[in-house]
Amino acid sequence: MDGLMQKRATALQDHDTEALRDLGAAIRQRALSQLPDLLEQLEANCTRNGIQVHWAQDGDQACQIITDICQQQGARSVIKGKSMVSEEMELNHHLAEVGITALESDLGEYIVQLAEETPSHIIMPAIHKNTEEISELLHDKTGTQRSQDVDYLTASARAQMRQAFQRADVGLSGANFAIAETGTLCLVENEGNGRMSTTVPPCHIAVTGIEKVVQHLADVPPLLSLLTRSATGQHITTYLNMITGPRKAEEQDGPQAVHLVLVDNGRSDIYQDDQLLDTLRCIRCGACMNHCPVYTRVGGHTYGTTYPGPIGKILMPHLLGLEDTRDLPSASSLCGACGEVCPVRIPIPELLVRLRREAVDGDSSRPSVVRGHGVKRHWTEVGVWRAWAWLNSHPRCYRAALRLVMALRFLSPRRLGGWTRYRKAPRPAARSLHQHLLQRNRSSS
Amino acid sequence: MSQEARARILHHLRQRTDRALSVPTSNFRVMTPDTPTREQMLERFERCLTSVHGEVIHTPAAQWTDALRDLLQARQLKRLLLPARHAVGVEARAALADTEVEPMTYDRPIEDWQSELFEKVEVSLTSTEGGIAETGSLILWPDADQPRLMSLVPPIHIAVLDADRLYPTFQEAMQREHWATRMPTNVLLISGPSKTADIEQTLAYGVHGPRELIVLVRHP
Repeated sequence: MDGLMQKRATALQDHDTEALRDLGAAIRQRALSQLPDLLEQLEANCTRNGIQVHWAQDGDQACQIITDICQQQGARSVIKGKSMVSEEMELNHHLAEVGITALESDLGEYIVQLAEETPSHIIMPAIHKNTEEISELLHDKTGTQRSQDVDYLTASARAQMRQAFQRADVGLSGANFAIAETGTLCLVENEGNGRMSTTVPPCHIAVTGIEKVVQHLADVPPLLSLLTRSATGQHITTYLNMITGPRKAEEQDGPQAVHLVLVDNGRSDIYQDDQLLDTLRCIRCGACMNHCPVYTRVGGHTYGTTYPGPIGKILMPHLLGLEDTRDLPSASSLCGACGEVCPVRIPIPELLVRLRREAVDGDSSRPSVVRGHGVKRHWTEVGVWRAWAWLNSHPRCYRAALRLVMALRFLSPRRLGGWTRYRKAPRPAARSLHQHLLQRNRSSS
Repeated sequence: MSQEARARILHHLRQRTDRALSVPTSNFRVMTPDTPTREQMLERFERCLTSVHGEVIHTPAAQWTDALRDLLQARQLKRLLLPARHAVGVEARAALADTEVEPMTYDRPIEDWQSELFEKVEVSLTSTEGGIAETGSLILWPDADQPRLMSLVPPIHIAVLDADRLYPTFQEAMQREHWATRMPTNVLLISGPSKTADIEQTLAYGVHGPRELIVLVRHP
């Protein structure tokens, strides 16, 4: 990760970084503040351009929509560019259930798929594997000759994928940005597999979260600038692919059908709350992971969720509910590095603290939009705090309790489970601080 | 199903628990640096492109086809895919008529000659809509004469860029050419040959797109 940190810092040198981040945050916030209107505008413009727009409330519904489109196409194979949303909804699994093969074409995703694993980083999915492991994997699964030569391994994967692109019935992609003003999908990549997937097969399905819409075409250059520099330290990726419609009558290539599936999957819940809304500004650059001391040591799989790292800790509690993600907001030292490098200024540390409170807070005075809030609420803990609060607001009872505790101090337990494995058990003092101060005041007067 | 989901999603977004959101202003001043000179743009463009293994060949506009011929001969490339109607293709075809180069054109739907495109074409030649100096990018607007796969499938892509069509930034290119009102089916920014760092973060070129990108810069 040190390399990625350095590359990001270097790439941002020739810009006023802070002003650019302010602009990025403002652009994303401007889109979010008008989200329902922009989604309608996006739909209208896409439809006018010939792109069919579908809406899905959750992952299962989105999978159903995509499966239906594939079956209408008579599809047996889907080639995937790259889409974290499709991972979120476990699309490959759903397609397999109806006999449709989904093949990943991003090199890292391809490696991860061959290994029957899940991605461990949102930009570099196979970052947890070294060359030898990849060589062995390609050898076992595809017959590739063992080699430590990265160029050879890459060329071998390329040759295999070239056949797959030509055979695929449907190409599936995500979208880095969807432009409401023009009804255009923007895809960023280095390898060319995304362009292959969105051009060669007769049908292209783009699936994205509802929060990915931006208002104007002019909003793209600043976000693109921030995304590529923050992600891999490049001034720009090899390809920016902007798709505004299916193949026209006189054109010779490109898909005859283009579909856009807009997925909610909990995002509209996040949208309800002024503070949590900041989470939706994310442009999926991965910089927070690259700079996170926890992520860099435990790796992406440890989180057990589609999105790992800092962004995963503030997003997955909403997508999956806190019942299944209760420990994620606590898996942080709150060092603040993620907040410092976020290109769109998401205050990740503050959101982590907020979600920690949500996990224990069962308060009904204000409705919570976080599913599973209060899941870590323990009645013994609640009882202790309530008793403590009551005691401290009743001075006579407090003093009586204090005297009782001091009088019985020798009865305090010597063993307190794990705490006393390495520490001495605490024992109340013979005299309270109040008494010490009273004595001191008395002797000084 | 989709329509019902649509109504629910939009309703949920419009009926926020917290108050209505204010729309912030965006200050784009950071995107408009000092205007560079033509020479500065060319220098920046070449530095950015060569830093990612792109190749830049400068040529007087009147002799660009000589540069192309020399390039093809030096690489021993014969099967060249080029535009049928665009001037770049017409001029190239005429200039290469008495050479060993075998010109090919993309005059049929991809479905009719897909395997040939994927397996036989060695190199493609395309025009460009311009270049972006800040990032070393080419602007391509694929059309019926120069379809998308021309710049993607062949192992080597040669692109012709006129020096006076270099823009300082992407922002300026899209504003000056009024993209917002006339987006075509597909727009591409190409900033080098295809690459990956997915194997132990080691850079490798020629993943799925071309392994070589060569830009012929024509000077008036």
